Amino acid sequence: MASKADIAEGATTDKSRGGGVAKGRVLLRGVTKCFGAVDVIKGVDLEIAPGELTVFVGPSGCGKSTLLRLVSGLELPTGGSIIIGDRDVTLVHPSERGIAMVFQSYALYPHMSVAENMGFGLKIAGLPKPLIKEKVAKAAEILQLTPLLDRKPRALSGGQRQRVAIGRCIVREPEVFLFDEPLSNLDAALRGQMRVEIARLHAKLGATMIYVTHDQVEAMTLATRIVVLNAGRIEQIGAPIELYRHPANLFVAGFIGSPAMNFMDGIVEAVETDGVSVRLNGATLRLPRHDAAVKPGAKVTVGIRPEHFRVGPTPTDMDHDQAVEFDAIIDLVERLGGETLAHLRMPSLSDGVLVVKISGDVPLRIGTGLRVGVRLAQCHLFDADGRAVGEPAARAVVAA
Amino acid sequence: MYDNRVSGYLYIAPFLIGLATFTLFPFLASFLLSFSDYQLQDPVEQARFLGLGNYTQMAGDDTFHGSLGVTFLYVFITVPLKLAFALFIAFVLNFKLRGIGFFRTAYYVPSILGGSVAIAVLWRYVFAGDGLINQVLVWAGGEPLNWLGEPAYALFTVVLLRLWQFGSAMVVFLAGLQNIPTDLYEAATIDGAGKAHIFFTITLPLLTPVIFFNFIMQIVQAFQEFNGPYIITGGGPLKSTYLLPLMIYEEAFKYFNVGYAAALSWALFLIIALFTIIAFASAKYWVFYGNEREDGE
Repeated sequence: MASKADIAEGATTDKSRGGGVAKGRVLLRGVTKCFGAVDVIKGVDLEIAPGELTVFVGPSGCGKSTLLRLVSGLELPTGGSIIIGDRDVTLVHPSERGIAMVFQSYALYPHMSVAENMGFGLKIAGLPKPLIKEKVAKAAEILQLTPLLDRKPRALSGGQRQRVAIGRCIVREPEVFLFDEPLSNLDAALRGQMRVEIARLHAKLGATMIYVTHDQVEAMTLATRIVVLNAGRIEQIGAPIELYRHPANLFVAGFIGSPAMNFMDGIVEAVETDGVSVRLNGATLRLPRHDAAVKPGAKVTVGIRPEHFRVGPTPTDMDHDQAVEFDAIIDLVERLGGETLAHLRMPSLSDGVLVVKISGDVPLRIGTGLRVGVRLAQCHLFDADGRAVGEPAARAVVAA
Repeated sequence: MYDNRVSGYLYIAPFLIGLATFTLFPFLASFLLSFSDYQLQDPVEQARFLGLGNYTQMAGDDTFHGSLGVTFLYVFITVPLKLAFALFIAFVLNFKLRGIGFFRTAYYVPSILGGSVAIAVLWRYVFAGDGLINQVLVWAGGEPLNWLGEPAYALFTVVLLRLWQFGSAMVVFLAGLQNIPTDLYEAATIDGAGKAHIFFTITLPLLTPVIFFNFIMQIVQAFQEFNGPYIITGGGPLKSTYLLPLMIYEEAFKYFNVGYAAALSWALFLIIALFTIIAFASAKYWVFYGNEREDGE
């Protein structure tokens, strides 16, 4: 147990905490958490590099907030270990882990002024008043809170409150910032604004940040790396664009991207060294794949993102091997302004309705026919277990 | 429309009749009687108007002064003690423990029974010379005490009965405690605050509206305490438990001086009102309302 003086020193000079090169690194090794008989976290291994902004994303109940609370120390793991910097902090008190946390509800002390809220932790740590004032003033300047320092939280707007909550973290000079759905209580416009502010703050402080959200726009725009969680397990870890282009499985493919990817059931007809032919409802697609580990006759799922469909004639520089076209009937049209979501029936692909995202100026009438095309390289293929099949040929194109 | 109005009034009629009969009428009647020399055994018509006679009599009445002193002592002891005790129990019952629902109920039961005549009678037996408390004292090797015969102890037994009725204040405190967001405790934990520090810097300040409510309720109720002294000690010994409501009762129904009793009632009413006003005036210095916006915002 660290003494009060240790904590005070840690808050003053963060150089001493966590050691040299690994400062700000977070390591989770085989972390599990059960609440009674319910396994919420089922064995998570994860390394977060110093200075990274890692986003935990996943549907409700996937365990992303629990995982963050395990890092914070507000919950203790059932098994495994948590390392921050060079220290094993698995059983260390939250205040001594070198973390600071921003809560969804802001969790500002309503009876204290902005300055008191921000300086509360330092006061407890026993720092001298002038030093607290200096640190609070510095953080307030970064967050443009200086004119609001004497106000109570109730006299602040939602965005200002969230900035105070962030300021409370900054003054502690933590190794790791933890954000638990910090923008969920804000309206859409403010959310966008605060997202940019958090991104700027990350760039400015260069600190390690772990950010939990269910909003994939936040995840895509903020993250250095995204950790997609589902039912207490990590489904995939990667840079946002990597997850978008190369989802490792059906879950990630369906979760990342908005509107969600269209899925069609199919049967493998033939497997060649550079491609897989898949029989869908009424058409056969020959998807370019290297070393596809599927056998003819196997059940597979083909995925196509709504934005990868195209209306109009296939560009002349593409032949039939690169692109295919289908006839569709327009079932429903959602006009978003700049773009339009068309719900189409394409009997050759699927019995269901497929969503297609196209330019907002294309005239569309419900019940009429439409011809849409798709580049085969942009089609995703998943085996019966939901795992992505083979090295997508599109990768080479994207990498270039 | 008309029919609706009639049936509406009919629905609230039982309440209105009760209010008029048992609150408004006695309220006004006692006010008028307080200026008269009305005696319970005489017809009302014989009552003479005394002006402020009853009130000037009060000024020179040593029994009244004694009773007032005991009442203040009783209120000043019981209100803070009961609030602290109720808050303590509420705090303990706010922990997430197995079977906490049972404990909450178990702790609440005494306060439902606590104010009743039956419990006051029980209290008299428990504190009697050969009562349970003395038996336990003797068993533990101590000397039996004259609980109801010694002025200091007698007031203590009546005070204790009031503390035993902590349940209603406790339930309000418990609701107040549960209203404090867990996030605040977690934020304070991360900030490094210990349990005691969190209680005094987070819990107590956020609980002040509830403390204020309970404070007002307890003051009003404590000034009106009657059952305890009437049944347990009868106001004695040496009028050491002769609380003002008991004096009012005895003036009216033992000595039949209803006019004077009515004046005493109004004096008590004004004292309670004064304390309530002082409490409300002080609230802005110590009661914190979290959702109230500051002026100009």
